[in-house]
Amino acid sequence: MEALGPVLETLIGGLLTGVLYALVALGFVLIFKASGVFNFAQGAMVLFAALSFARLAEFMPLIVAFALAVVIMIALAYAIELLVLRHLVNQEGIILFMATLGIAYFLEGFGQTVWGSDIYKINLGLPTNPIFILESVFPGGLLIDPAELIAAVICAVMVLGLAIFFQVTRVGRALRAVADDHQAAQSVGIPLDYIWLMVWAVAGLVALVAGMMWGAKLGVQFSLSLVALKALPVLILGGFTSIPGAIVGGLIIGASEKLAEVFLAPVLVRTFDLAGGGIENWFAYVLALLFLLVRPQGLFGERIIERV
Amino acid sequence: MRAPSEQDVAAGEVLLSVENVSLAFGGVKAISGVSLDIRRGEIRAIIGPNGAGKTSMLNIINGFYQPQHGRIAFKGRERSRMRPYDAAHGGIARTFQNVALFKGMTALDNIMVGRTLKMRRGMLWQLLRVGPAVREEVEHRRQVEEIIDFLKIQSIRKVPVGKLPYGLQKRVELGRALAMEPDLLLLDEPMAGMNLEEKEDMSRFILDVNEHYGTTVALIEHDIGVVMDLSDRVMVLDHGVKIADGTPDEVQSNQAVIDAYLGVAH
Repeated sequence: MEALGPVLETLIGGLLTGVLYALVALGFVLIFKASGVFNFAQGAMVLFAALSFARLAEFMPLIVAFALAVVIMIALAYAIELLVLRHLVNQEGIILFMATLGIAYFLEGFGQTVWGSDIYKINLGLPTNPIFILESVFPGGLLIDPAELIAAVICAVMVLGLAIFFQVTRVGRALRAVADDHQAAQSVGIPLDYIWLMVWAVAGLVALVAGMMWGAKLGVQFSLSLVALKALPVLILGGFTSIPGAIVGGLIIGASEKLAEVFLAPVLVRTFDLAGGGIENWFAYVLALLFLLVRPQGLFGERIIERV
Repeated sequence: MRAPSEQDVAAGEVLLSVENVSLAFGGVKAISGVSLDIRRGEIRAIIGPNGAGKTSMLNIINGFYQPQHGRIAFKGRERSRMRPYDAAHGGIARTFQNVALFKGMTALDNIMVGRTLKMRRGMLWQLLRVGPAVREEVEHRRQVEEIIDFLKIQSIRKVPVGKLPYGLQKRVELGRALAMEPDLLLLDEPMAGMNLEEKEDMSRFILDVNEHYGTTVALIEHDIGVVMDLSDRVMVLDHGVKIADGTPDEVQSNQAVIDAYLGVAH
């Protein structure tokens, strides 16, 4: 039983981090569902949202800063729809992807032009003293970071809300229709502009929450946009179109990379006499790569249909 | 150009009128000063050689393109700028030249999407899955099944459309348009790429839709034989200009049309 203690502690820590990965992955899923396009700008949106929030919070109460940041992200979604997406109706997926590439670099630069390029702190006033649980079972109990726990709860609530929203049959069908064929969707009366505005706004809000959580953890700076890269293996595991997939994928990646770091890395180092460490940085990608070979559509993704 | 004919007198009121419409992409003129009227209850064909501007005409009618000049009135209401959403809302449905289905979805779901605008219950109701929302979903499903029966595609209703042969895809696409219960149905080459048997089936469906549901149909088609059999009136476009308009007989004997199709000796 005692030997299980460290494993459980690592697992819990990994799962909590996984929830944060899931939150970032969720932003990708939303936009992929409604346009069939991988939104390269999601990471930049996380950075932009976090910057807006962090700088605004310097002058006003957190809640007001949050409300203003929400307004900013909705305005951003509106601008993207009006200035970019609207003009790319019925274009190939790769064109839309290139557009998100442009949006990504614009947002990164523009965000730093407006808000500054130093490292900014986000203090959400979350408790920092670690909690110990199950002290009667394990000597010393299991350590849990309360900030991560709270982040996980917030994330879980958001995920649940979104999952329910997309459960509405009409919305779900309309999104899939838009992703499949713009013109056909328009021809049956699905308002493309409204749908795109809606999903980009929701993706913006998800980016804001993700940015706040990661920003509180790592500080708000340019490298925050790289957090999005960790969402890639999550998406490959969970499937690009599945909200539950993003959650499960996030949890698997979070847990397995922590376990690999703590338990696999020392074994590898000892066996092969390596310089050591850093397995956490690439383990997720290897996992995703292996997964791609076995099940390219992900755990919960739609089957890929090809006419032969 | 168009002489008054029996069809004109017998047919109903004007459902859609396009007056002197011009459309250009940059310097390329797709349509120059074309007028077209579609009367309630008729089957109206638009024919012409490749690049004549036929599809552009349909795209103008359902709001994909905004013409630079001209006036368009649908159900007596003139519109300046209309989005595809407004067209669909007003009762214009369409199919596409190269089948535009939602490939990942089943035939049934594709046709259900056609009911989007008819679904009235709010999202909250749908979420709760109680009372009115359930009844509504059931009612829509019943109507969709009716269309599926009508088009004789019962056996493929659960098949992802991407897996269906081309002829059946065209039929599902027609089903999706019918699910909108349109007043005006635009068909862009409904028989392209079909064999003789499939063409006959499709012709039958178009006639039945027109007769049983009283749906007005405007179609583009290359198979002149089919067009002449199906249509009440035919408009002929060539290089974006209207060169003839009238009953199939009138059009067939029109010298400008013969020249456009067979070429003129220079």
